[in-house]
Amino acid sequence: MHNFTIIELINGLKKKVFSSTEITQHFLTRIKNLDSKFNSVITLTENQALAAAQSADQLLAKGEAPELCGVPILHKDIFCTNGVRTSCGSKMLDNFVPPYDATVIENFKNSGSVMLGKTNMDEFAMGSSNETSFYGAVKNPWATDSVPGGSSGGSAAAIAARLAPGATATDTGGSIRQPAALCGITGLKPTYGRVSRWGMIAFASSLDQGGPMARTAEDCALLLNCMASYDDKDSTCINRPVPNYSANLNDSIKGLRIGIPKEYFSEGLNPGTEQAVRNSLAEYEKLGAELVEISLPNTGLSVPAYYVIAPAEASANLSRFDGVRYGHRCEDPKDLEDLYRRTRAEGFGDEVQRRILIGTYCLSAGYYDAYYGKAQQVRQLIRQDFVQAFEKVDLIMGPTCPSPAFIFGAKGNDPVAMYLEDIYTISTNLAGLPGMSLPCGMVDSKPVGLQIIGNYFDEARMLNAAHQFQQVTDWHQQAPAGIES
Amino acid sequence: MSIEKQTIENLATLARLAIDDTRVEEMSQRLGSVLELVDQLKAADTSGLSGLDHPLNETQRLREDTVNKPNMREAFQAIAPDTEGDLYLVPKVID
Repeated sequence: MHNFTIIELINGLKKKVFSSTEITQHFLTRIKNLDSKFNSVITLTENQALAAAQSADQLLAKGEAPELCGVPILHKDIFCTNGVRTSCGSKMLDNFVPPYDATVIENFKNSGSVMLGKTNMDEFAMGSSNETSFYGAVKNPWATDSVPGGSSGGSAAAIAARLAPGATATDTGGSIRQPAALCGITGLKPTYGRVSRWGMIAFASSLDQGGPMARTAEDCALLLNCMASYDDKDSTCINRPVPNYSANLNDSIKGLRIGIPKEYFSEGLNPGTEQAVRNSLAEYEKLGAELVEISLPNTGLSVPAYYVIAPAEASANLSRFDGVRYGHRCEDPKDLEDLYRRTRAEGFGDEVQRRILIGTYCLSAGYYDAYYGKAQQVRQLIRQDFVQAFEKVDLIMGPTCPSPAFIFGAKGNDPVAMYLEDIYTISTNLAGLPGMSLPCGMVDSKPVGLQIIGNYFDEARMLNAAHQFQQVTDWHQQAPAGIES
Repeated sequence: MSIEKQTIENLATLARLAIDDTRVEEMSQRLGSVLELVDQLKAADTSGLSGLDHPLNETQRLREDTVNKPNMREAFQAIAPDTEGDLYLVPKVID
């Protein structure tokens, strides 16, 4: 049952092959029995899930079921859930039970889906390996000595291990696409402003974007139909009609112009990863697409620009965690200053503190123009690269990350080595463009991801191209050893 | 590149983080390597370019100033570390 895609589950529910209660119970049991190996779930919401499944079964019986009615999914622990602890992977919020739902959560509730629980993640989404979580690292189901990627590593690992058919995730510099690649699943970061950020705990507000993860592009389309909405409560949300992302999946991609940025195939790319990506591009040619070499000359500046902008915005966003209104508070503060400083030193982990300090440095008097101002200008350069590229091509493709999942601790002492993990994904966040990753090969028995970057609001075309690829390849159907049974 | 101890202490004060002496050196080195990375920006020619404040170059919209949310004071105060009456309690600020 856990090998069914979301589409197959919906069909089974409608035809009464099984009930939502049965599949919900099945996935809950799997999480309870298997997740000790992967650590992908922080909070299991068993009682709420079974109650929601029962309500879904009643709606299904009446024939009044909304689109995702009865489908069990997991939510990244960055989305506020009414009455359910929302930790953001941090000790700071270990005791935080929000009194409201994020808009994304509300959308999923309205669609009748069932929340199984909340997934593990890098603390405040700051990381590319899930090693910064207060709840311990998530393990990659393909090789448990290796990282699942991050920050949405819990969501990605859970889907790979068939603990849920789909999950929500967020992406600030690659946090959906990189773990999707490393865990062999499909994930999509929409255009900035497509999905509401209201109730999604903020890391870097001008980069953060929620999106879906599932095993197939077809399932991601279905989840995005539910996630994407205009929201008055998020002032950066774009007021634009949400198309039906499932409508054009079967269109032919004959004549599709695919840009191949030469900068994405340079030094530092694992040869096996490169081969898998090149093989996939050949597959696209067979499907009738045309490959066009392009250049994104400012790609090399994206990581430095990101590591000014993201920490700067994080240092401002995370100033709200002060031990006064919610979350962790230190014991016996001697005065207000002591309350702030010890609460934050105890509540935040090392990487978060490091980024707060970097951000504070870049925003401090005398440095603002040289760092933040300059990085915002560089961001304009990166955006222009893409604007020019999309005059010639419909989509851009390349590797999602430089190499397959690395061993735990491999990049532990060098933050810069870890930051370079996101070298191919960060520029789309800086430009606000949509990007996705889908499985396209294996290297050393670990999955490789193909990245697809689209023009603004062109998610439907990306999903169409991904779906067509998944009709002629089976990388997305492969499962880690020991998972099938 | 490493950052001076004094700078780390100053940043920690601005960011309201307690950083004890045993961590200063490590922080200084790690921050230094990140700043070395971001210093690559200096070489970029950005003359005449304005900064990108919104990824889609949009301006933030304004909304009508109307009351549209219920008062959730009780729900929010129920999860606070310490409250009294309608107020959040903090250690004494003024003697």
